[in-house]
Amino acid sequence: MTIYNLYMFDKTGSLVYYGEWVRKKPATMSKEEEGKLVYGMIFSLRSFLLKISPTDIQDNSFCYRTSKYKLNYYESPTGLKLVMNTDLNSSPKDLLKSIYAQIYVEYVAKNPLSLPGEYINSELFAQKLNQLVSMSPIYSQRNL
Amino acid sequence: MSTNEKMFLGSMFYPLYAIASQISPEPHSSGIQIIEAENFKLHCLQTLTGVKFILITDPKFVGVDIVLRRVYEIYSDYVLKNPFYALEMPIRCDLFLENLKLLLEEVEKFGISYK
Repeated sequence: MTIYNLYMFDKTGSLVYYGEWVRKKPATMSKEEEGKLVYGMIFSLRSFLLKISPTDIQDNSFCYRTSKYKLNYYESPTGLKLVMNTDLNSSPKDLLKSIYAQIYVEYVAKNPLSLPGEYINSELFAQKLNQLVSMSPIYSQRNL
Repeated sequence: MSTNEKMFLGSMFYPLYAIASQISPEPHSSGIQIIEAENFKLHCLQTLTGVKFILITDPKFVGVDIVLRRVYEIYSDYVLKNPFYALEMPIRCDLFLENLKLLLEEVEKFGISYK
């Protein structure tokens, strides 16, 4: 059970935070480019799923699996998008919801100095995020 | 959904499949194999020749790999071996459609059998 990385996008699509825990394959492009690629992909995937769905989608999350990793997506009611890559057996939906509710809302949304659309440079945010993630049952020995 | 819309959605899925393998944090990842949404599941089988079979099922369906493989078998038997079929064109082979329909009816009634 491993957590690889986490991307956070605001509702305009700018990368607001990127957290990395394990990454075997080094990134082939810069962080901004990769952020744009991931955002484009989840945006297209979301509209694809809306069109192809047999009934209306109420839930704002989905996930996909490849042979090596699982990508989990959660969209908050305010339009903040969280994308987390984990191993194949994890189900981090609750973790994503708590990252939004307990970490983002507390340390970013309530922060009077943080501007929307800006990258989150707050050390407190990063520290609390790492704390929450390492306490999660999905986080494993491999992450250490 | 019109045929054009279906083709549009199919072509939309193709680059998403490729990007998934590119952004993978682990090396040598395949593309998207399963997408899970709240009310359906989408399964994709990519063959060695690059053909993708996409199946949309309800979330509780078990044994999709077998169904996809059977579809692949039916495809290679009744489409690829059909001398009148041109590659990359929409499939209008009667035997393919018949056998596909039989397969799907069998799956609905009896579940999957390992043949």
